[in-house]
Amino acid sequence: TLELTVRASPTGPGGDMQWCFSQVKGAIDDDVAEADIISTVEFNHTGELLATGDKGGRVVIFQQEIENKSQPQFRSEYNVYSTFQSHEPEFDYLKSLEIEEKINKIRWLPQKNAAQFLLSTNDKTIKLWKISERDKRPEGYNLKEEDGRYKDPNTITSLRVPVLIPMDLMVEASPRRVFANAHTYHINSISVNSDNETYLSADDLRINLWHLEITDRSFNIVDIKPANMEELTEVITAAEFHPHQCNTFVYSSSKGTIRLCDMRASALCDKHSKLFEEPEDPSNRSFFSEIISSISDVKFSHNGRYMMTRDYLSVKIWDLNMENRPVETYQVHEYLRSKLCSLYENDCIFDKFECCWNGNDSVVMTGSYNNFFRMFDRGHRRDVTLEASRENSKPMQVLKPRKVCAGGKRKKDEISVDSLDFNKKILHTAWHPQDNIIAVATTNNLYIFQDKVN
Amino acid sequence: MSGDNEDTQTADETTLDEKAPEVQDKVISPEKAEEAKLKARYPNLGNKPGGSDLLRKRLQKGQKYFDSGDYNMAKAKIKNKQLPTAAPEKTEITGDHIPTPQDLPQRKPSLVASKLAG
Repeated sequence: TLELTVRASPTGPGGDMQWCFSQVKGAIDDDVAEADIISTVEFNHTGELLATGDKGGRVVIFQQEIENKSQPQFRSEYNVYSTFQSHEPEFDYLKSLEIEEKINKIRWLPQKNAAQFLLSTNDKTIKLWKISERDKRPEGYNLKEEDGRYKDPNTITSLRVPVLIPMDLMVEASPRRVFANAHTYHINSISVNSDNETYLSADDLRINLWHLEITDRSFNIVDIKPANMEELTEVITAAEFHPHQCNTFVYSSSKGTIRLCDMRASALCDKHSKLFEEPEDPSNRSFFSEIISSISDVKFSHNGRYMMTRDYLSVKIWDLNMENRPVETYQVHEYLRSKLCSLYENDCIFDKFECCWNGNDSVVMTGSYNNFFRMFDRGHRRDVTLEASRENSKPMQVLKPRKVCAGGKRKKDEISVDSLDFNKKILHTAWHPQDNIIAVATTNNLYIFQDKVN
Repeated sequence: MSGDNEDTQTADETTLDEKAPEVQDKVISPEKAEEAKLKARYPNLGNKPGGSDLLRKRLQKGQKYFDSGDYNMAKAKIKNKQLPTAAPEKTEITGDHIPTPQDLPQRKPSLVASKLAG
């Protein structure tokens, strides 16, 4: 693989991108209730809406209010648009299994009419939510009073036509479909197909294909459950449909492999069309090798020619035409390699970081510890480490690049590996589909940053 | 590398078992050093970490072992005495311990709105 040595650039990736604080959502207090832990962040296809899901099963949707776009330094603010309880805790009495209400993933459907639709999922059940606006209400019913009470029909002497009068905007969320009982194991991914009719849901061992209109059946398209569970060696960690080819999807595994499948080949896609795997030097193998090679996220590029995977220490870019190695590898926090023992003991080694592409696939982003997040500019071969913190939250304050000192002499402004706060993890980040606006989730806060010259 | 292969090895191949122990220390990668640390702390750790045990623990997430039949029968037998209480590590309890309703955390839906919307 081409191991790119990137030079840290003080001006950020691309040289001309300067990230500034825009907004932060959430409580300031350090005492975080478990329900407030953010578990997913997703922009819709236009970037106008930004959805978050949390451990308490709630979804909050923010809408971009565009202030004066003609101004050279216009600021677009995201304000609360809608919030609702998507999932509730359940108990499966038959299996003695507690089902968390935590929202694992949210995926938006492309907009077809006035309403917005999104899919949200917990470990077992996927729901299709319709978010619609109401800005008019009817007035002047013949049989009802304004407060809803029915009139005495004998008092009605004339007929009138009710009229629609404007009212304050009300945003309503209603569950339109509930896709349940199709997953024995825990759902880790959902992905809407480019055909806008179907979507896939993946759990640890199986992937199912659904039609958005049909809730009482789904097709199983991948099943890696062994006949004897003692022989289990790997699980599915993430899955995604190709952005343009509706017959193609990929799924990643806990062993660091990615399989590309073609649904035209057969009904059950157990045989992959392509297997992406980087050969490993067997002499380098250690107790930790498999754990840190487990892929926590896989994302196709917008142009559909590449895919990105995130494992514990790195981000890899794969060319779909080359299976034997990634074309680019970026080290997220290589200094953690000499801390793997403690990271295994405190379970941090199992943290599942996500990754994302910018709109034109030139920059990729992922999170790290200490509320740091990293951006890699593929074209300019530059990377930067930034921090999401309340201390750097003055309006339009430019974010200063951070540097971690792996060992030896620590320079001023650098932070040593041992001082990193491993409880402050940035697992979820999202990039606006067109503009340089990013949403970064810390444990319970959502930060929105913008490029100064947007 | 077994002894059988030694005569077929080329001069280019490194044979770790031929190096002196002091030189070998310098060649150990940080990852292997961490592995040695872990094995020193947990000598009984299995050799296949990515295998069945770890994966099965992952698949069992959410499993709770409360059987009302067991619980009531145990209560009837023991009568006035206390039931054995749960160990602090409550994740995978089976066998001797009989969970009580108090062991299982209350699961109530969030009635409060998200603070992100505040």
